Amino acid sequence: MPKTGVLIETENGAVKNINYGLITAALGNRENEVVAFVTQDCAAKAAEELSAYGASRVVRLGVAGGDINSSPDLCAKALAAAIEEFDLKYMAGLATAPGRDVFGRLCAILDAPYVSDIQSIDYGAGTAVKSHFSGKTMATVKLEGSVVLFTLRPNAVDPVENRVDSETAEFTADISEGGKVTVKEIKASQQGRMELTEAPVIITGGRPIGAPENYKMLEECAEVIGAAVGASRASVDAGFAPHSMQVGQTGKTVSPNLYIACGVSGAVQHFAGMKTSKVIVAINNDKDAPIFEKCDYGIVGDMFEVVPVLTEVLREFKDK
Amino acid sequence: MQVYVCVKHVPDTAANIKIKGENDYDTTGLKFVVNPYDEYGLEEAVRLVEKAGKGEVVIVTVGPAQAATTMRSALAMGATRGILVKTDDKFLDSRTASKALKAAIENDGAPDMIFTGKTSVDTEGSQVPYRVAKAFDFPVANEISALEVKNETATAEREIGGGAREVLEMSTPCVIGATKGLNEPRYPKFPDIMKAKKKEIKEFEPGDLGVDIPASNKGPLKLEPVPERSGAKMMQGNVRESVEELVQTLKDNKIL
Ligand SMILES: Cc1cc2nc3c(=O)[nH]c(=O)nc-3n(C[C@H](O)[C@H](O)[C@H](O)COP(=O)(O)OP(=O)(O)OC[C@H]3O[C@@H](n4cnc5c(N)ncnc54)[C@H](O)[C@@H]3O)c2cc1C
Ligand SMILES: Nc1ncnc2c1ncn2[C@@H]1O[C@H](COP(=O)(O)O)[C@@H](O)[C@H]1O
Repeated sequence: MPKTGVLIETENGAVKNINYGLITAALGNRENEVVAFVTQDCAAKAAEELSAYGASRVVRLGVAGGDINSSPDLCAKALAAAIEEFDLKYMAGLATAPGRDVFGRLCAILDAPYVSDIQSIDYGAGTAVKSHFSGKTMATVKLEGSVVLFTLRPNAVDPVENRVDSETAEFTADISEGGKVTVKEIKASQQGRMELTEAPVIITGGRPIGAPENYKMLEECAEVIGAAVGASRASVDAGFAPHSMQVGQTGKTVSPNLYIACGVSGAVQHFAGMKTSKVIVAINNDKDAPIFEKCDYGIVGDMFEVVPVLTEVLREFKDK
Repeated sequence: MQVYVCVKHVPDTAANIKIKGENDYDTTGLKFVVNPYDEYGLEEAVRLVEKAGKGEVVIVTVGPAQAATTMRSALAMGATRGILVKTDDKFLDSRTASKALKAAIENDGAPDMIFTGKTSVDTEGSQVPYRVAKAFDFPVANEISALEVKNETATAEREIGGGAREVLEMSTPCVIGATKGLNEPRYPKFPDIMKAKKKEIKEFEPGDLGVDIPASNKGPLKLEPVPERSGAKMMQGNVRESVEELVQTLKDNKIL
């Protein structure tokens, strides 16, 4: 059975939810065996969590010469060594900021082809589907190389439970030198916000939000349904929200189950970042707003009236 | 200070992409621009050289002959001169592109810094900066939105999720992949545009630089438009009614 290595993202010693869809993608039609790698001391706990989705081996990855988390170069080098050690046919990660960084380094080390940010993979056909032209087209690309490297867009593949027995192991790559870049510091975000690209639901406010403090209205609604809050570029440019909240071509690309756009006109550059959402809802006071032509459900109305009611109704439904 | 900037010639993101055949697109009448992320790299390069008081900013493009026009707009933004490695491959694979960029830069001079964008908006590869860095054996940092270069040390910041930022340190020369937030690229003025017309663009065939473009890799097997939604189902009634209808519909469809 071909083996797929998977780089797992953990946070405070726990597996992040977005990894489960990655395990599902890594398994294919259960044609692959999944070997998961973690870079923190939580292999046993991770094995418990990941075995529910089909990871049969969870490996604590390290380097001989020091801390694997001190440099993305070390993580990439250790993965390169793990490919040999575990005889992996595929090596997969998440297309998140850390995942993209490690896989960029890994493909360069191996001088191997690498497909980033894929939305689906077909092991039988040897192809993957990914966005081209800022979300305007989908490309089916051939998977090449003796080891196939790819990163998966978070939330693009729905996790499917598939319980297996799971064992844990350790692999310390024989790397003694440090990385060429070193992580000096992680600056935590002031607000401790949920990362947009990982959120199952996103509620976005466009330019008419009018002031930074008005995002509170969206945050209250988001809290009820475990959503993250996003912004359009016009709103970011006006200084109402930080760039880390921007959705779109020059912001983040997101694929949540539900995307609620409030006071967003529906520019192509905004859609480039969210059109792969499963369901898109628009709330706009102009019945002729272009966004209504390319979303699933619409409400015509003033967002400052509609959103508080939405929060209320969601709360009532939740309590029921 | 000798700074190189990799600049890709890409279709304007606002333009419609007309798919041609199975896996090609129509370029007639299609507007091409400097890859938007590369502009942040270029601006940073120009500022570094301005601050150093001497040196040049050389832009390097691997692309078709028409890319020269796109390069002129990068030259108008303050680059000194350009190098174009010519290929008609619309979907040049990232490994080959990186090898050509490396060869072109190495043939030209010794870089103190190399800038790229974080990703190409056409093929969305997100890997050339890493490959170019590896070819030179330089450190690399991508998706950089803040940078300081001092005494042969570069300190670079990138967002890593939820607004948190990672600060990376490395020695120069290094490769920096730029993204929005790094700076505000300048808008060229008329005299800059006129001056750019006279700036040098050296052209090379890949073979001149010892680069082999494999015939096997001609881009995607298939290119399809992302299906557009056909229009929203509008919720009816007053605010309360329409919101209830929406939430009920989302529940019924197991979205909530
Ligand atoms: C190279 C490039 C890159 C870009 N990248 C991005 C990107 O990454 N992300 C992005 O979002 N944009 C991007 N843009 C900008 C994009 O083209 C639009 O300008 C932008 O998305 C518009 O933002 P908006 O919808 O919030 O504002 P507007 O276009 O001003 O739309 C506001 C909408 O809200 C409605 N409205 C007004 N008041 C209310 C109210 N009280 N209640 C409800 N509805 C109301 C209006 O009817 C209108 O439809 C980019 C543009 C370029 C050229
Ligand atoms: N053909 C090319 N010519 C010049 N620069 C390129 C080319 N391809 C990629 N690059 C550079 O590498 C960055 C990342 O590209 P990619 O890995 O294709 O997403 C781009 O933003 C450019 O700066």
